[in-house]
This record gives sequence, structure tokens and C-alpha cells, in this order.
Amino acid sequence: MIGPFLLLSAADNVLVARESAAEGTDVPLEQGSVMLTRPIPLAHKIARRDIAEGEKILKYGMPIGIATEAIPAGAHVHVHNIRSAYTPTHMLQDADGVSAAVAQ
Amino acid sequence: MKGWLRQDGRKGIRNTVVVAYLVECAHFVASKIVSGFPEDDVQLIGFPGCYPNEYAARMMDRLCTHPNVGAVLFVSLGCESFDKVRASEAVSASGRPVKTLVIQKAGGTASTVQMGRDWVHGVLAQVAEVPRVPMGVDELVIGTVCGGSDGTSGISGNPAAGKAFDLLVGEGAACIFEETGELIGCEEIMAERAVTPALGQALRESVQKAERYYATLGYGSFAAGNAAGGLSTIEEKSLGAYVKSGDSPISGLIKPGDLPPRGGLYLMDVVPDGDVRFGFPNISDNAEIVEMIASGAHLSLFVTGRGSVVGSAISPVIKICANPQTYRNLSEDMDVNAGDIIEGKRSIEEVGREIRDLVVAVASGAPTKSEALGHREFILTYKSFEPIGPACLPAA
Repeated sequence: MIGPFLLLSAADNVLVARESAAEGTDVPLEQGSVMLTRPIPLAHKIARRDIAEGEKILKYGMPIGIATEAIPAGAHVHVHNIRSAYTPTHMLQDADGVSAAVAQ
Repeated sequence: MKGWLRQDGRKGIRNTVVVAYLVECAHFVASKIVSGFPEDDVQLIGFPGCYPNEYAARMMDRLCTHPNVGAVLFVSLGCESFDKVRASEAVSASGRPVKTLVIQKAGGTASTVQMGRDWVHGVLAQVAEVPRVPMGVDELVIGTVCGGSDGTSGISGNPAAGKAFDLLVGEGAACIFEETGELIGCEEIMAERAVTPALGQALRESVQKAERYYATLGYGSFAAGNAAGGLSTIEEKSLGAYVKSGDSPISGLIKPGDLPPRGGLYLMDVVPDGDVRFGFPNISDNAEIVEMIASGAHLSLFVTGRGSVVGSAISPVIKICANPQTYRNLSEDMDVNAGDIIEGKRSIEEVGREIRDLVVAVASGAPTKSEALGHREFILTYKSFEPIGPACLPAA
């Protein structure tokens, strides 16, 4: 796929940023174009299509976690809306309480 | 390629004099001895604990008789429980010069430092006489580790390292990948690559053990920087890490200090056996590097996305940077820019070939970036392992 997002496997429901993408960037998806509602840093993921709560997240064609809420197409997919099927993910909190893992 | 020929037939790509402290109380004196030789290949390793530990003793034996090591000076305080007599006998039996200094008997700090420096000075001339003989890629043992991982590690650096592993295994080298705690979620696909079904089951069980172990500790092998770099879960990190094993069949499962019996691809099980006793399996990346060196690794491939600067004592570390932004920021520490793959400048195959060629160059004597900068990190802590089972190394 040309552009700032990579599809790593045909089965995937996420795309990976191959460069940092600014908020407001238009991203063409199969179901139509979406506008990024937050900046997506290099190597972070967005939803390729609408993902339901409880659905498996597929990257490399394999499950990397489970959606903890409904994730609309084009939204950032990360520690705030998916969880491990194995052990919980821990992360630093910034002084203002915002997760360093999400805020960039 | 030429290697220093050791008595057991193995060949080293370096000819290092190791100074090893046998308890933290002897660390300072040992480091003062080493600091007297800034221009020579004299390196510090050691074990900090005062209580005995079979794993640490075995690791120390393996490290001090590693093919890259030419001679060993042990520095003991005197009252610690480390069995220095047995350790010295093991090194001596390997044909290497060895000396043990006991600070409590040698007159104290300054006296021991002087005696140690005098011995090292003499032994440097002695190890220079060790013959260098032709060495093939099929005699190399190579480890791979990833640290400071982010979302780029799994799409550029680790696949390129995997490609290099495929080339090296094809040339007959023994290649080791490790950290079963970072293979959680990959156990089924990995088991299918085992050369026998029994080995496949052993691989599966090693990852299940890691999952139980980390669950007891309450934290997975997942650092805050992983999440900031775009990784969301342990299984996402695992799948990215797994690809650095390449596509070769998996020939065996080893534990730290076990030597691969022949060329091929091996998984190292680094998670202790039995109940959780000594805390986290690997408290930092260098613990894993040291374990691969104890299993004979002549050098290690270290893939990083966020950016790690470490090297290692005894065996050189080749740093492969997965993230093009990190590469630009830390290029003085990075040997290979796999970020080119993400920017579309080079293919995974091209970078894999570069890594394979760099392995041969470093084995031939070229210093890695971390080596030239003087990085000689080393860490060894408490663990407990049972011997590997019969399914782990299937007869060829």
C-alpha cells in the first residue's frame, strides 16, 4: 500500500504507520476516506475498518489482542482500546495523568 | 576468517583476558585491575552474590572457558561462598592461564590491584602466543536479542535479522534466539517449525512456563517504552520479536550454558524452572546477551527500535536499528540502519545480507560500534534451572 500506512497481512484489521501522520490527514480505506482525529506516530496502528468490542485485533495476520470498546475505522488502536489475551500491559503515566503510551 | 584455537577445538574471534570478581565486595578491586589496561583487551565480569548458586557457578565456568577468552584472573574477597577452587580448576583444565587473588590474604586493596596488574601484564604476552588458525562460518555461534523495542522492530529490524539468520544457518552456523517470555502468543506457530513433534511440544511448554512465571510476577516482559513506540500488548511485541528467528527449522531447545551441538537454529529457554524464586527472569537485555555468550555465542545481533546503546563483555554486539528516526538520532551507536526498509530505500533481503556480511567482518576482527566505544556491559544474577530434557536436542 502506498502512503503513510502499511497493511502487513491481508487478514489484518489494523494498519501500521510507516511515518508519523498528522491530525487531520485523510486516509483512504476500503470503506471510504477517513480523517485522523489525532496524530499517529511512526509504527502506531489505526483501525482498517470498524472493529466491534470484543473482536480480535489482527496484525501480521495473527491476534495481538482484543478490542475493549468499539473502534471506528481510522481511529488509533493502542493500549487505551485493546488488551492482551495473555498478560496485562503496564505503562508510565505522565504527571498530568495522561498515559505516556498514548500521548506523544 | 581466522580464530584463536582453544584446547577443546573451538575457535575464538577475540582473545580477551577476563578479570572476574566473585562477590560484589571484590568488584572495585577487580575494576581497578582492569582500568590499568586501557589499550589492551582486558575485560571485567563478575557475580555480585555472596550466597551460592549453581546456575551462576555454571555460567561463570562457561564464560571463563568461552572461545573468545584467553586467560582468567579471579578476584575473591575471601569469605564469600563462591567455589573459587572448583572454578579455577575448570579454567585450568581448559588449557588457559588462570590465577586467583584473595584480597583478605593479599594485603588489601592496593596490594591486590598491584598483584593483579602484574599478573595480567605477564599473561597478555602469553595469550598473544595462542595460534590463529583458519575458521569457517560453520564454526560460529551467533545469538540474537531485541531490546528497546517499538512498532518498527517487528517490520524492519527483526525480519532483517531473521533473513541474516537464514543465510548463516544455511552456511552451517549455530544461531540462537531467546526470551520465551517474549514469545507468548507465538507458541503454536513456533512448535510447527520444530524438527520433531517431541521438540515442538518442548518449545510449546517453554513458552507456557514463561507465561505462568510472568503471571506470578504480575508484569509481562513489556516496558513503558514499548507502548510509547506503538506496541500495545505482549503478543504484539512477541510476534515482532519472533520474526528475528527467520524461517529455518528449529533444531533444538537449550538453556543458558548449554552449547549447541552442531549448526542450526536453537531456542534458548531463559525462564527459570520451578517456583518463582529470584525475581524477574532477565532484569535487562544484557542478562540475555550474557546467557547466549555462556552458550558459546561469538557475537550477538541486537535489534532496537527505541534505541539501545549497550555492548557486552566477551563477545561483540552488532546493533541493528529498526527505526529510521532513531537511527538518525543515535547513528554513532548503530551498526546497521534497517530503518531503510520502512522508508522504502532497501529490501529486507538487502539489509539481511548486510548483517550477514557484517557478522563475517566482525568475526574477522573488525570492531562493532559498541566495541569501539568501549561498551563492555555485563550482568549475572541468581537463577535456577533443571537440565534440558531428552526431546530438546533430537539426534540428527
